[in-house]
Order: sequence, then C-alpha cells, then structure tokens
Amino acid sequence: MKVLDTALFASQALRRAPMRTSMMLLAIAIGVAAVVTLTGVGEAARRFVSAEFASLGTNSLIVLPGKADTSGSGLTGMLIGETARDLTLDDVIAIARNPRITRVAPVVVGAGNASWRSRSREVTVIGTSADMREIQRWELQAGRFLPQLDLDVASPVCVVGSIIAEEVINSNRVVGEWLRIGDVRCRVLGVMAQGGISGAFNLDESVFLPVANAQQLFNSPGVFRIIVETRERADMDPIRRYIVDTVRERHQGVEDITVITQDAVLSTFDSIFGVITMALAGIAAISLLVAGVLIMNVMLVAVSQRTSEIGLLKAIGATHNQIVAIFLTEAAWLAALGAACGLGVGYTVSYGLGVAYPILDFRAPVWASAAAVAIALISGVVFGLAPARRAAKLDPVFALTR
Amino acid sequence: MIKLRGICRDYEVGDETVHALDHIELDIAAGEYISIMGPSGSGKSTLLNILGLLDKPTAGIYELDGSDVSDLPDDHLAQVRRQKIGFIFQSFHLVSRLTAHENVELPMLLMGTNKKERRQRAEEVLDSVGLRSRLDHRPDQLSGGERQRVAIARAIVMRPSFLLADEPTGNLDSKSGGEIISIVEDLNSQGIGLVVVTHDPDLGDRARRHLRMVDGRIHSDNPRKSA
Ligand SMILES: Nc1ncnc2c1ncn2[C@@H]1O[C@H](COP(=O)(O)OP(=O)(O)OP(=O)(O)O)[C@@H](O)[C@H]1O
Ligand SMILES: [Mg+2]
Repeated sequence: MKVLDTALFASQALRRAPMRTSMMLLAIAIGVAAVVTLTGVGEAARRFVSAEFASLGTNSLIVLPGKADTSGSGLTGMLIGETARDLTLDDVIAIARNPRITRVAPVVVGAGNASWRSRSREVTVIGTSADMREIQRWELQAGRFLPQLDLDVASPVCVVGSIIAEEVINSNRVVGEWLRIGDVRCRVLGVMAQGGISGAFNLDESVFLPVANAQQLFNSPGVFRIIVETRERADMDPIRRYIVDTVRERHQGVEDITVITQDAVLSTFDSIFGVITMALAGIAAISLLVAGVLIMNVMLVAVSQRTSEIGLLKAIGATHNQIVAIFLTEAAWLAALGAACGLGVGYTVSYGLGVAYPILDFRAPVWASAAAVAIALISGVVFGLAPARRAAKLDPVFALTR
Repeated sequence: MIKLRGICRDYEVGDETVHALDHIELDIAAGEYISIMGPSGSGKSTLLNILGLLDKPTAGIYELDGSDVSDLPDDHLAQVRRQKIGFIFQSFHLVSRLTAHENVELPMLLMGTNKKERRQRAEEVLDSVGLRSRLDHRPDQLSGGERQRVAIARAIVMRPSFLLADEPTGNLDSKSGGEIISIVEDLNSQGIGLVVVTHDPDLGDRARRHLRMVDGRIHSDNPRKSA
C-alpha cells in the first residue's frame, strides 16, 4: 500500500465520521491551546516585570544601608528594607568621586504635606538629584527636572507628580507656582508625565526635592538608597567593590551596606517567572496528555466499532503492518489537525488578551508552541499505537463475525 | 489446485475440545464448482475459512497450487489470500463509508496499484456485474442484491483462482439470490474455481460436485447426478 494512499484512506475514514473526528480534534486542540495560552500569560508577566526593571538601566547599581546575605540575591534585604547604620550624603559624595561613575542619585523618601493657597494634601516626598531622571528615564509633561546642584546644597525648588499638579495647584500654569512643602516654600520647576511607578512609589502622587532639602525636611542625615550608574557594563563589578571598600573605610571598617545590581534583581525575577511559566506549561502539558489518553480511548472504541472492517481488510489481504499503518495514520492526522486548530485557538486567545490588556504581551514563547505540537503529535502516535496494534492482531475469522 | 491432507481444526472450549474439522482429505482442481452442505455446526464455515487461509488448521497439510501453505507466517498468508482467493460473505461486508467503486478498489489499494488503474479496473468489474450506474453509491444506498454484487466485484477484481462463498444468498430474496448465483456461475464458466456453502438444496444441487459434511467430516462427496 502506498504512503499517500494510506494517508488518503485514513483521512477519508476521519472525514466520513465527522462527529467522532471533531470530538477528538476538540480534545487535542484544547490541550494545545492551553499550552499556548498559559505559557503566553506566564511570559507576559515575566516580560512585563523584566521590562519595568530594565527601564532602570542595565548598568546601574543600587546601594542599600544594611548588610544582606550576599550569597543570595540581595533582594531580600532590599524588600525587607532593613536598616543598620545610615548611609549619609557624605558617603554619596565620596562614592561619586570615582571617574568610572557617570551618575549618582541618592534617594530620601518620606511623607509630607504639600499645600498651595488653601489646598493641601499628604504627598510622598522624594529627595534626589538631577541624575535620577536620566537613570530612571523619567519623562516630564511640563517644565524641567531638578537642577544639577552639589548634593549637599539645598535649593527651594521642586518637581511635582501629575496628580499633585491637578489636585493641589489650581492654576493653569503649574510651572513657576510656589508650593509649600512642610513649612518650606519652593518653586515648581516641572510636572512629571503621568503613569510612573517606581518600586512601591506612585510618582503621580509624589513631590521631588533636591536631596539636601528633603533631609532638612525630615530632619535626618540618612539616605534611603543610592543609585549609581557606571560608564560601562563591564565596570559593574569593580565599581561594586570600590563602593563597598569606600563605605567600609568611612564606617570604621564595618561592612554595613548591600550593593545589588539590576542583573541580580532581574535574574531573580526571571527565575521566579521561569518557574511560574514552567508550572503553567506543566499544567498545560497534563491537559495534552489527557488529550492523548482520550485519543487512545476513542481509537480503541473506533477499533472495536470497526472490527468487521478490519476482518474484511484481512480477508482481502491486508498485512499486519498495513493495518497498523492505517490506524496509526488516523491517529497522526488527528493529532496534527488538532494541534493546528489548538495553535490557532491559542494564538487567537493570546491576541484577544493582548487587545484587552495592551500593556502586556501575551505571545507564547516559540518553545512552548513547538513543545505543544510535539507532545500532541507524540501522544497521538504513542497512544494511537496500542489500538492500531490491537486492530492488526485481531483474528480475521473472529473479526468477520462481528 | 488445492490439496488437503489430514486437516483438523480443534477449538478448546473450557476443558473440552471441539473437533470442528476432523481429518479432512480433499482435492479441488482449478475451475471446479463445488457446493458444501450439511447441518448447522458441521464445520462448513470452518472448512471454507481454512481453504481461504483466514484460519489455520490445528493439524494437517494444505497445499495450494503446489506449495505448502499450512505453516506460512500471517503476512505471507495475507499476500497469498490477496492474489488467489476471493471471499463472498452472507452479510456482504462492504465498508459502509466507502462508495461501490472505493470498496472494489480496496484490494488494489492494499496492492499499491496506482489510482488510475484502480479506478479503471473497478469500473470494468462493476460493469461486469451490472452496476455501471451505481459506481458512486454507498452501501446504504444499494439494495441487498446490489451490495452482494459489489462484494463479488471486489472478490474478483484481483482475478483470484478461487471464489469462496459462505451462504452468499442467505440474506437475499430468491430473485436477487438467483441473480447472484448466475453471476458467480458465469465467473466459474470463465475458469474461476467456485466453492459455495449453502443450506439451500436447490442451490447446492446446481454445483457439479456436492460435498456433505457431518460432525467435522466429509460425509459424502458426489458428482452432480445427471438428471
Ligand atoms: N471460535 C470458536 N470457538 C469454539 N468453537 C467454535 C468456534 N467457531 C466454531 N466453533 C465450533 O465449530 C463447529 C463448526 O462450526 P462452523 O461455524 O464451521 O459450522 P457451520 O457448518 O458453518 O454451521 P452453520 O451452518 O450454522 O453456519 C461448531 O460446533 C462450532 O460450535
Ligand atoms: Mg457457517
């Protein structure tokens, strides 16, 4: 029997039993679609988080007060935000002396009250430097960011988040107005673009001051963290060592800071989301396996329903291998068609999700689609093999009496 | 040429042994026309299945066209069956999803004959059994007699040496039964050996040689009485 004829014979058997065929296609398609959609969702989350972190710049370091276990990622220290001995502006200035460091942005954060004429509001006050904007790639909708000042120089200026601009300052020209923060008046230099979130802070509801002003406001010399940008990526390691050494020297030989790289954060998140994606893929793969078992069951039913056809094929001279080939080809057709439908459905659902949530990218990774199709084909053939062999082994005399 | 020597076919049922065939000795020459009759359970179908290589004897020697086929492996038997034997069943055994010509093409499909030749030969053979106008009908669109004619077309499309029919008219009324018989007798007159198992004495009498089976043995083997 020719390969093409076998394929045609098998596809004809499927086409002329549309109900049975569509049930099996459905089972396989659901499995494949589940793999594509679920891994797409996992990947979307991972990409979103990575992109958010990557926007911080890939050659920047974050210096935190307190010593976290560096054998881990340093992330725990950052998340818990444990404080030991404070970092000070003088530490920042000392660090900034290294010529391989292009930008330094200390960060001081606290709550404060912002008022304009009779209006006032609780705001997040972020004290930082002009470099912060370049490191974080923040956009402004009006005016400009904080000026380049020496870090320990205070200046009565501020930049406001978009919500502050709308809710507190009731004027059509926000830039140039005077805003009172605590009991200090400062001139508004610019308004941040909408929608910025940095870590836990909603930038829309924040007010930015030069770091020295913020320290006066909070009456504290401490720095919450320092973000350092190096000239090149290759500088990251030497600079990390340089920072640790410099601060230890200044802190009487005690190493009480943690330096983390974006890489560490990114790779931690990558591995977390990698696990999530794998888990989703695992769930989906199980549904594929279930589809495979379904194929086997339906093929077994098909074999017993078609016992007399098998007997007849044997009576007119079909060999063992020909009958295996016929039934296996049917299973392979089902798996291939089911996989194709599943890919179609999966990509359609992912596309739909993408339309519904445009900030996320739900495209399934190629490996997941490939694996889904491969598992569908393999399980179709593997689970199709037992029924096919059972068919081929039937005793023709027995089969013909069915 | 068929030669059976000491053919037995035993079935183990529980701890009893049923001797469906009990030391059968039989020679069938090319182009013979034989009827097999006998009471129910006497082993007629079992004998026909052995003759058609669908079933293997428990003991004995079967020679077909000079070569021993009693111990051939299954796939080899399938090949011999494809080339030398045509079956006709009481219940037709057409594949219900396939049209008349597709059913007739099946043996050639297994052979690997190309599509054009398949189609052409199927049409010729269906034409010869009077189904020219039913090529694309499926079995459920055909009458019983027409279905049996499709089955005959399928049985002879490979030009076998023997046509084995197990109660071919059992499911048919006497008119279409008569048509079927005249078709197979016509084929016999063209040289195909014909073995018909039947319960119908009139039909059995038409054969040139009458076998009567009782309890797995050939009870009598007579030429047609020239009336
Ligand atoms: N698969 C089987 N297992 C056990 N015994 C069987 C089997 N097939 C047939 N037999 C027995 O073998 C004997 C011969 O059966 P066979 O079918 O050849 O009879 P038959 O002459 O064709 O009868 P009928 O005229 O009713 O078709 C019977 O006694 C039957 O019970
Ligand atoms: Mg019988």
